[in-house]
Amino acid sequence: MAHTTKQKPRYHIAVFLAPAVIVYTAVMIYPLFNTLRLALFTEIDQQRVWVGLQNFRTLFGDAIWSDQFWNALGNNAWFFLIHMLVQNPIGVALAAILSSPRLRFSAFYRTAIFIPTILSFVIVGFAWKLILSPIWGIAPDMLDAIGLKFLYAPWLGKEEYALTTLSLVSVWQYVGIPMMLIYAALLSIPDEILEAGECDGITGMSAFFKIKLPLILPSIGIISILTFVANFNAFDLIYAAQGALAGPDFSTDILGTFMYRTFFGFQLQLGDPHMGSAIASAMFGVILIGVCIYLFGIQRRLRSYQF
Amino acid sequence: MMRLSTKGAFLATTLLAATAASAQEATLIIESWRNDDLAIWQNEIIPAFEAAHPGISVKFTPSAPAEYNAVLNSKLDAGSAGDIVTCRPFDASLALFEAGHLADLSDLDGMSSFSDVAKSGWSTDDGSATYCVPMASVIHGFIYNKDAFEELGLSVPTTEAEFFAALDTIKEDGSYIPMAMGTNDQWEAATMGYNNIGPNYWKGEEGRNALIAGEQKLTDEAWVAPYRQLAKWGPYLGDGFEAQTYPDSQNIFTLGRAAIYPAGSWEVSGFNNLVDFEMGAFYPPVQNAGDTCYISDHTDIGIGMNAATEHPEAAMTFLNWVASSEFSTIFANALPGFFPLSNAEVTLEDPLAQEFISWRGECESSIRSTYQILSRGTPNLENDTWNASAAVIKGTETPEEAGQRLQDGLASWYAPQQ
Repeated sequence: MAHTTKQKPRYHIAVFLAPAVIVYTAVMIYPLFNTLRLALFTEIDQQRVWVGLQNFRTLFGDAIWSDQFWNALGNNAWFFLIHMLVQNPIGVALAAILSSPRLRFSAFYRTAIFIPTILSFVIVGFAWKLILSPIWGIAPDMLDAIGLKFLYAPWLGKEEYALTTLSLVSVWQYVGIPMMLIYAALLSIPDEILEAGECDGITGMSAFFKIKLPLILPSIGIISILTFVANFNAFDLIYAAQGALAGPDFSTDILGTFMYRTFFGFQLQLGDPHMGSAIASAMFGVILIGVCIYLFGIQRRLRSYQF
Repeated sequence: MMRLSTKGAFLATTLLAATAASAQEATLIIESWRNDDLAIWQNEIIPAFEAAHPGISVKFTPSAPAEYNAVLNSKLDAGSAGDIVTCRPFDASLALFEAGHLADLSDLDGMSSFSDVAKSGWSTDDGSATYCVPMASVIHGFIYNKDAFEELGLSVPTTEAEFFAALDTIKEDGSYIPMAMGTNDQWEAATMGYNNIGPNYWKGEEGRNALIAGEQKLTDEAWVAPYRQLAKWGPYLGDGFEAQTYPDSQNIFTLGRAAIYPAGSWEVSGFNNLVDFEMGAFYPPVQNAGDTCYISDHTDIGIGMNAATEHPEAAMTFLNWVASSEFSTIFANALPGFFPLSNAEVTLEDPLAQEFISWRGECESSIRSTYQILSRGTPNLENDTWNASAAVIKGTETPEEAGQRLQDGLASWYAPQQ
């Protein structure tokens, strides 16, 4: 009987989806495709001319452009590597410590560690520039106080250290995010499982590595991919700390600053929206490939457990 | 019928009144990167103009210097830019003119009070059209701490040998950092370093024009020698100069911790408010005593009209006033260190600014080597010069390598150099 009643069209689904779809299309999807489209044009005598893939040929084939591109991509990879090696392990460790029921003031630590995340990158960039400044900074004085002044170098001004220094500043700022996500994942592990493990003699560190870690692996996977996307889209901290020329000698130049310089121009260099879009498209491609590798290569192999 | 016509008449008068009012009360909005000058525009320049031209009101709306070009381009493309546009010299403004965003001002009455050199920053390559009124130039040199020089018994160096002897004396004494400059922001090394001392080597306009014509190369001695001098600067800069930023350098000097500051004259007004010692200035020391000195007297600020303005007449009135000696006098004295380019007589009250401008009589003027035509291509010569100057001072690149790299970059796109 119930099968005979014809189902009414469910308009409310469209109505409820509309605001999000419209806003997302207007501010994300349309600009994205327009950027991809813009990359296929160039400007000759004030006229926008279709050139197909010429911009990409220049970007990858002309040493002037490709050297900068690979330099930026390499720096981006290093930036990402530091985050993966430093930010995420520290985030996991902090979450593990915070979730320990014996820890006092855990709410305070949690808030304190998370606060830098909500600070503006301008404040973070400026504050760290001051802290590390060889002239007014407290870093040289603090090292001096413990007799380690010889370790101090004007890090932000040296080609070999600048990018690592800025990566670590970024780690300092964003370590709260993996911490919070892992913390939530750890809290969701039922006590029964841990107690069952205890009956089998698995406690302490081995409980973490043998029970908790496998259970939070999906969260770590999500964090890795979020870190990847955020790092390859990064721009703000480098721009705030080192400017659009990403000094010294382009050692902190990442795809974001390279794209900004090209798109909007810099000092006497005039902006070229078409080459800029080509770089933005290449960034999009890099991120897309990374995300696909993750989704098809890693995500599917992760086992999730239902409690 | 009667009722209708009265109504019509009323309507007509209101409309007339409205149009009359709008013609009378034009509001001109000025786009600028000089946010440091906001107070001067609001308190001195704009009131003086408005007093003489009732009915035109002017608003000065600056944006941050580093973002100005990008912001202005976007606004002009979107049609939301102000009526009056402050013009960067050379290509940035030329591109705006060619794109039809800046109006041709060649026929503006006030243009007659500027020399061709002054107009060169805002004219087409062949000089046929001028699109911005030249407003100000900046002069490069070195500002020094007079008290420190007296304390150490130093006199103003006029030759390179004297310059380095003075630096050695300051360094040995140890109470002052010999020279306040950092390489973190890169542009200081190029603008206050390379283009400051360079004209003495390449003989100002002579060398600059020869480079544009392709008769000289960046690997020639005249263009590498300034790098050789810069390479010797490193040891005289403060500890950790690699990470020292431009504001750091300004603060070090104005706090009295450094003796010499490679400067642009735009610092004068800012420094006057900050220092509690006496300042002097000297032009870049020449190679041998008796050589002609050359200074960088760089066309820096112009002002033009947005071609899409709704108030072209009011804007023209304003620009004519900017070309007048009344404006020049207010501007030069309100902003000592920005020197008017017009031929109108101007007297400067600030002694330090007067010192800078007095070099125009003693030395040959030139503009920065990389600005006209040579920074049009990719790689951008100006950006590369920043990079090379900083690298040479730090010692990560030799002067010869730097010259070679810049020459290769320039030759890759600039036909006269190929």
